[in-house]
Amino acid sequence: MQDGPKIMAVASAGGHWVQLMRLSPAWHGLRVCYVSTDPGLGPALRARAEAEGVPEPGFAAVTEASRWEKRRLLVQLLQIALLVRRERPDVIVTTGAAPGYFALRVGRLFGARTVWIDSMANAEELSLSGRKAGRHADLWLTQWEHLARPGGPQFMGSVL
Amino acid sequence: MIFLTTGTQIPFDRLVRAMDAWVAARPAPAPEVFGQVLLGKTGSHAPRNFDWAERLDPERYAALFARADVVVAHAGMGTILTALTGGKPLVVMPRRAALGEHRNDHQIATANRLRGRAGLHVADDETALPGCLDRALAEARRPDRPVIPPVADPGFTDALRAFLTGRG
Repeated sequence: MQDGPKIMAVASAGGHWVQLMRLSPAWHGLRVCYVSTDPGLGPALRARAEAEGVPEPGFAAVTEASRWEKRRLLVQLLQIALLVRRERPDVIVTTGAAPGYFALRVGRLFGARTVWIDSMANAEELSLSGRKAGRHADLWLTQWEHLARPGGPQFMGSVL
Repeated sequence: MIFLTTGTQIPFDRLVRAMDAWVAARPAPAPEVFGQVLLGKTGSHAPRNFDWAERLDPERYAALFARADVVVAHAGMGTILTALTGGKPLVVMPRRAALGEHRNDHQIATANRLRGRAGLHVADDETALPGCLDRALAEARRPDRPVIPPVADPGFTDALRAFLTGRG
């Protein structure tokens, strides 16, 4: 299994992360490196891998930043860029928000395939980052069927 | 035990006040409530009728969540998914942008889309909170509490896997 594609799975801490975890069977047994914004998430990942008897996944935490914190966003972007350069994933998959968007943009430059899964929290319209991500995602998904459009985003299911 | 959580990003004063008033109005003995209550810079309401902490580390948060009979929170997807997975009846009050509780009204949309789901009780505002709490507490006593699997539907994750491995 270790010859399969290398996955980088990215989500900011909180609801985005909870949704990413619910999708983890999609990369079960593949090489995976997780990226989030809370260092406290690492131990739980390691414990879970041990319980499941699978290789310990990679984990890296980047700076947390809201959309108004320009300096912190810049730091976050640089951290993500270094991680993508170091890990060289074949595929980047993210449920948002800012770190996922950055990973997707940087990943593209390094030739990775990219998957954006817009958060279920956006039931009325796509998130701002979700709208911007569309052009840079090889697979662009909404989790609400009524938000799917012929030109994307597509609907393939939801985490709930 | 009722676990109230406001998250750690934006205070939710309206929910904290309503919860505090509900506890105060209950006949003795007062129900056990613990709150994770983020205070704002000014004018925030610190609970008077139950124990609380402004922040909890992930382990303490998980322990309180696990011990809770009912969880009370904003209408965020993380809380909703965690509560449904743990079989915890959940009362949610959506944050309102007009009151400075969030940057937009997406929680109202989420709450409306998920309304009626077993295990989820939507309090549109403070006045609806007591009724929702009563229904959630009654649900918590049932042996067949609704619970969702810990991961997404295999139809979705299989399709995603096919794409990740280049077969999709």
